[in-house]
Amino acid sequence: MQASILDLEYVLGHYNYWMFVILMMTGLYITVSRGNLIKKIVGLNIFQTAVFMLYISMGKIIGGTAPILVDDPDAVYSNPLPHVLILTAIVVGIATTALALALVVRIRETYGTVEEDDILAMEHEMEFGAGVPHGGDRG
Amino acid sequence: MEHHSILRVISKLLIPPIILYALYVQWHGDYGPGGGFQAGVVFAVAFILYSLVYGVDALTRIVSPRLLHAFAGIGVLIYAGTGVVTMLLGDAFLGYNALAHDPVHAQEWGIIVVEFGVGVTVASVMMTIFIAFASHNPPLKDEDW
Amino acid sequence: MMALIETNLPALQVVLPLVAAPVCAMLGRGSRSWAFATAVSWLTFLVALSLFAKTFGGTIISYEMGGWAPPIGIEYRVDVLNAFVLMIVSGMAAIVLPYARRSVAAEIPAERQSFFYTAFLLCLTGLLGVTITGDAFNVFVFLEISSLSTYALVASGAWRNKRALTAAYNYLIMGTVGATFFVIGIGMLYMVTGTLNMADLAVRIAAHGDSSTVHMGFVFILIGIGLKLAMFPLHLWLPNAYSFAPSAVTAFLAATATKVAVYVMLRFMFTVFGFDYEFQAATLEMVVLPLAILAMFAASLVAIFQDDLKRMLAYSSVAQIGYILLGLAFLTDTGLTATIIHLFNHAVTKGALFMVAGCYVLMAGTSSISGLRGVGRDMPWTTAAFVVAGFSLIGLPLTVGFISKWYLVQAALELGWWPVALLIMASSLLAIVYVWRVVETAYLQPAPEGVTRKEAPPSMLIPVWILVAMSIWFGINAMTTSAAASRGGNMLIGSSQILWED
Repeated sequence: MQASILDLEYVLGHYNYWMFVILMMTGLYITVSRGNLIKKIVGLNIFQTAVFMLYISMGKIIGGTAPILVDDPDAVYSNPLPHVLILTAIVVGIATTALALALVVRIRETYGTVEEDDILAMEHEMEFGAGVPHGGDRG
Repeated sequence: MEHHSILRVISKLLIPPIILYALYVQWHGDYGPGGGFQAGVVFAVAFILYSLVYGVDALTRIVSPRLLHAFAGIGVLIYAGTGVVTMLLGDAFLGYNALAHDPVHAQEWGIIVVEFGVGVTVASVMMTIFIAFASHNPPLKDEDW
Repeated sequence: MMALIETNLPALQVVLPLVAAPVCAMLGRGSRSWAFATAVSWLTFLVALSLFAKTFGGTIISYEMGGWAPPIGIEYRVDVLNAFVLMIVSGMAAIVLPYARRSVAAEIPAERQSFFYTAFLLCLTGLLGVTITGDAFNVFVFLEISSLSTYALVASGAWRNKRALTAAYNYLIMGTVGATFFVIGIGMLYMVTGTLNMADLAVRIAAHGDSSTVHMGFVFILIGIGLKLAMFPLHLWLPNAYSFAPSAVTAFLAATATKVAVYVMLRFMFTVFGFDYEFQAATLEMVVLPLAILAMFAASLVAIFQDDLKRMLAYSSVAQIGYILLGLAFLTDTGLTATIIHLFNHAVTKGALFMVAGCYVLMAGTSSISGLRGVGRDMPWTTAAFVVAGFSLIGLPLTVGFISKWYLVQAALELGWWPVALLIMASSLLAIVYVWRVVETAYLQPAPEGVTRKEAPPSMLIPVWILVAMSIWFGINAMTTSAAASRGGNMLIGSSQILWED
């Protein structure tokens, strides 16, 4: 295993997986590190797209055509199942993005900002700033 | 709406073929590539393009959000209703074979009906999402473009 | 007609709430959609009960969706374990919905209520679907149906407190990351085996043997589900989501959503990967076990210092998930029994507690503990329910909480891990502390001047007391639940050897 990692053929042969890894880590990093709520959603989308690519590329069969029935009996088809799965996953992704954006719109309307730091500061003030201090009544 | 004559003319030219294409994708979903998801999105795109050019109010005059909500529900009911019908006919949920005398026809009909339900829901949900976001901000005035 | 319904019971379990959801949205008025949703939830519960009755003896019902035979088609597979979970989920919905009417009327504007009940039914659909399906990818789809509607339900708490919005947003981000991890894991397994049917996956993974792809698949699934079930330290979304969601939603989610995620974990670990998978056994012992014990203490400690009752209960949920995972990590028959029985016991207990919190929010206008001074005299029935359910949370004898702890301690002692058994008892002491804080405030402190608080209405008290009564009844007479749990556990252990023809 150790020797084969340096093998150029191994590296290039798994090109789709490298792409998946890069995209996935990019997306996940953006989701975790950005303070802007919209940018987090963008990161989440990249992250999900990476998974779509993983599935689609795993369904590819070398020399295989699109999985639509043709007359040639010797035709080799790519595996259609991952495509179907990802169609579903894309729909789920759209729904998630739409819901997330709707939440951000509402957050923007009520808080007046989409920056996580500002929101956290406001919530901190709401919780500890006004009224009873945190746990102040505990004897 | 006196400006953007190019946009208006082009979009009027584009919208009919887009809807036609959506219908093509919809009704060919049983044997070829296509189906409700894609067709629904393409269909919704025609309306979204219209509202991008003419404004959200123009769109909501044609299809009100209430109507869209109803259609989104009806689509799901068509989908699930097909399943219930096949169940009543003695097959499994969505077991299309019960729908006709031979399996090939039955599968075809079942897929067409189910995909129609999916298409209706997807199209109305896409438009609902668009309207929900677009009607949140006051529309740009022509002079501000 | 009866025969028709009987053969299609597994499909009906999911289809009923699915069909009901759009109808509910079209009904328009809040009270009509509430009545409709309640009726549907009771029907769903009846379906779950009959499925449970059928599978209790060990029968496995396999239902082919669309008439396509597994492993190609999607299979609904009901055995005693998931019938038990189905019963918990639909039963909780059937109890929470009657309760929800008054609480929702106060917390959600009238014109939004039918959408609220629609989202509730969709959430129920998703949770039931996750539980009943035998197809790995189908689990993801239903998981996302339930999660998406859950995010919307949590966000609908924004009418009461705007922080529900950010709570829902954070839950959405974490939940989606979790779901995507889960899909990656399934993708890895699919790469190795070329199948998505869980029973078929089990056979093929066993035949394929271990490889780094299977390792990665396991780790991705563990983390993905860990995020969904709020496994410590992946629980960060939970306290806010539970505190700011509408009361009825919190009660339902706390009793079902994490339980269903635990079920998925059980299913993947023991049906798909198999009991003998060494990498899994090592991970459970080296990672999950310490984290579970840490959760029991850390989350309970944090719960002690909360001022908000709902948030305190939410942290206590994280601790309770620690007990559930602990039983799982023991990897023994008794441990699994403890896990499965605690799914039920904790659902009943925590459901009751959160519903009491909802009564306080409605009648006393606050869920902060300091605002509940002397509430025991104004709302005696509600507060008494809290005390009894609190006993069950601590694990006092004659309550369901005791049964769970009994099995857990027994499982630890069987392995000779007496320090773990001691830790379980020690963490129960922490539960005494935080439950006592509330009891002390409610009964022993004088009520603030000029506050009028009335007893909660019967439509809320009756569901609460049904759950409280259940937590006593099944604490004294635990035959049914423990039989179901131990049969479920046995089946999980046995299923490593079962090939999928039988």
